[in-house]
Amino acid sequence: MARIESEIGKPQGGFMKWIDDRFPFTETMRYHATEYYASKNFNWWYIFGVLAMVVLVIQLVTGIFLTMNYKPSAEDAFASVEYIMRDVEWGWLIRYMHSTGASFFFIVVYLHMFRAMLYGSYKKPRELIWIIGMLIFFVLMAEAFAGYLLPWGNMSYWGAQVIISLFGAIPFVGEALVEIIRGDYSISDITLNRFFALHVIALPLALIALVFVHIVALHEVGSNNPDGVEIKEHKGPDGKPLDGIAFHPYHTSKDLVGIVVFMMVFSAVMFFSPDMGGYFLEHANFEPANLTATPEHIAPVWYFTPYYAILRAVPDKLWGAILMAGAVLLPLFLPWLDRSRVKSIRYRGWIYKVALGLFALSFIVLGWLGLQPAEGLYVQMARVCSVIYFLFFILMPYYTTIDKTKPVPDRVVYHG
Amino acid sequence: MVKILKTSTIAATLLLGGQVLAAGSALDLHKANNDPDNKQSLQRGARNYMNYCSGCHSAQYVRFNSIARDLEIPEDQVIANLMFNAEKTFETITVNMPADDAARWFGRTPPDLSLMARAKGTDYVFSFLKGFYIDPDSPTGVDNLYLGGTSMPHALWELQGFQAAVFVEGEPNQEGLRPMVFERFEPVSSGSMSPEQFDEFVRDTVNFLEYISEPIRATRRVLGVWVLIFLGFFFIVASMLKKQIWKDVPK
Amino acid sequence: MSEADVDRNRRHFLTIATAVTGGAGIALAAIPFLSSLKPSARAQALGAPVEVPLGTLEPGEMVRVLWRGKLVFVVRRSQEMLDRLGKAVDFLRDPNSEEVGMQPEYAANEYRSVKPEYLVVEGSCTHLGCAPLAQFEVGPAEDWFGGFFCPCHGSRFDLAGRVYKGVPAPTNLRVPPYRYIQDDVIMIGAESGGA
Repeated sequence: MARIESEIGKPQGGFMKWIDDRFPFTETMRYHATEYYASKNFNWWYIFGVLAMVVLVIQLVTGIFLTMNYKPSAEDAFASVEYIMRDVEWGWLIRYMHSTGASFFFIVVYLHMFRAMLYGSYKKPRELIWIIGMLIFFVLMAEAFAGYLLPWGNMSYWGAQVIISLFGAIPFVGEALVEIIRGDYSISDITLNRFFALHVIALPLALIALVFVHIVALHEVGSNNPDGVEIKEHKGPDGKPLDGIAFHPYHTSKDLVGIVVFMMVFSAVMFFSPDMGGYFLEHANFEPANLTATPEHIAPVWYFTPYYAILRAVPDKLWGAILMAGAVLLPLFLPWLDRSRVKSIRYRGWIYKVALGLFALSFIVLGWLGLQPAEGLYVQMARVCSVIYFLFFILMPYYTTIDKTKPVPDRVVYHG
Repeated sequence: MVKILKTSTIAATLLLGGQVLAAGSALDLHKANNDPDNKQSLQRGARNYMNYCSGCHSAQYVRFNSIARDLEIPEDQVIANLMFNAEKTFETITVNMPADDAARWFGRTPPDLSLMARAKGTDYVFSFLKGFYIDPDSPTGVDNLYLGGTSMPHALWELQGFQAAVFVEGEPNQEGLRPMVFERFEPVSSGSMSPEQFDEFVRDTVNFLEYISEPIRATRRVLGVWVLIFLGFFFIVASMLKKQIWKDVPK
Repeated sequence: MSEADVDRNRRHFLTIATAVTGGAGIALAAIPFLSSLKPSARAQALGAPVEVPLGTLEPGEMVRVLWRGKLVFVVRRSQEMLDRLGKAVDFLRDPNSEEVGMQPEYAANEYRSVKPEYLVVEGSCTHLGCAPLAQFEVGPAEDWFGGFFCPCHGSRFDLAGRVYKGVPAPTNLRVPPYRYIQDDVIMIGAESGGA
């Protein structure tokens, strides 16, 4: 088998040398691409990181073009979105890309997080990568929430009303805090204007900065793999990890295939069902904000519904808000809650497998329940699922200690 | 993972069953069964809209020249047959009636219909337009089965005629009371159209409303096919390259 | 050819094929984004042709109208003003309107208009876009027979919007497309036909 080298040597002269004497271009490319070694046994769960980057780029580019035509005022916002959809040439495509991208961002990020839970990617020495990732998730939620108000549809308005009211549950400062968030006594033009500022400037900057730090941290430690084996512990005579392959061209060529498949799914939704049956673009949001009429079923967009269902499962406003916040924040502590000796689910015992399965199931069911009216059986189910959700984290130090693990191999398992 | 998926599917099925039980009996909507790809139907719908709706309802985001382009109607015909309140083809569908007057006459400003079909669904609009029945207590003389207390008069009475709604006692509810439940409509006077003709008339109109709620629908579906074909080709090329490059990776 | 060579060629080919496909994809995806920068349907509607009735205009009078947000001068020239056009010719850079694109073909004549009596020019100096002032009287400068004077950098144009020599403006004032829809009504911005 012939081995084809694709090394970029250090340039000895010419333009690249001129650049490299002034900026570490070749060195950076080596460190992050051609000589960044990641395990060769990545499965497709490992595609979601790069897909999150792709969606981020889509959102940034389409966002810039939307901003050119959108008007952040209560008077004009709704009409300016329709202006984009009808009067701006190709505006509909840019807008649908952005709205579809918002939902896909969460699909990809949830799967990316689940991958980390499958293979213990948050465990030592990658705790900080996980925490930065969680911060990205928090900023993303804020970004999505701020963005959802901008079309100024009826669901935008009342959804924001409900979520912002949550902060009112905080004792003593709640009411004052709500007024500071809104900048008014109710959600108004002023609120819309500042949410616009957050959505297009503050939060994207934070997002980009955090994503950068996330990747720097990842490349410092090195990527995990489905076996949870540290590939750096077995290096060849050339100092390269034996189970590692260069990010470029190996992982880039593989990721490209994943990206194209993702684009196909994305396009299928965007071109053939941009509403996604009312889940990606809610029907009530095709009516302008009406301060006197709440939509019949008020539900946040699907990606917030698991947390929303937890909120509604609790019959007390303050405790509901606390538990919802807890549900969002708890995963931050995963690196220390998980006491297992092994990282990957491949070598864990049945207890963790059952626990993770129940957790995933409860999260999905909660997401579905958040879209249903909060009554009768639904509330009972939401309570059961909420308990499972919290027990998964709270009991983790215990059950990961007693869970029987299998021996982890020295090297990664790879069959080509 | 497969197991998890299976379990969740079963759970979801059980839950959906529960939903049907919990939801109980809301009014069933008539299926509009309109076809936005049928240009003739859309053209008839445009004419219906301009003749019967546009007196009160604007479609403020819809330009006449885009109707002409998308529905394949020559611009001079649009000017002659559709433009009652407008002079130029690039204008949008507005009403002459000042909003204040409308609010005084009808109790509220008639809503803009640009996005109505998308906000409420075509089945709802179809059912609504067929759902007016005589109600002597209402200021307009009619009420609507699907939007009780509506301030809209029966604008299509000349075509449909008037009908009465027959209500019967339903199953006892939790308090043991028997609420009145709608059973059927009974014609009181006939209009200029047979019920079948009227259905077609409403269907065309709803079809047009669906078109104006998302004028690029047809375009995006055609473009989507080409994009997927392109990506399919890209997938093949990228997969071959990946396979070739990964030949180096030792087993 | 060895197996390695075959692999190398095949890889080279596939790399190029992928790069070309991906590049084509990005180029195609860029089209909607760039097209969205063009004037929208609303801009086109707002920039639609405007009608200007000429009946109320006295000889020697000028009206300013806006078309697509641009200032347009409509001047009714008296016979005496038309006679002055000939005197300025020696001082002008392009007296015969030979510069293509500065006027529709139907206005590329000595009057730079469809009907000699009515001048229609854009009120935008061809130097840097300031709005010229109307100074229809003769003098005091020897070579001034009435026309337009730009206050920004001193460019001068005669009563047909023709630019003087030795001023910063490089070309004559632009004549917008227009046509007579009635004997005394013009439509500015209407492309077809001069009559």
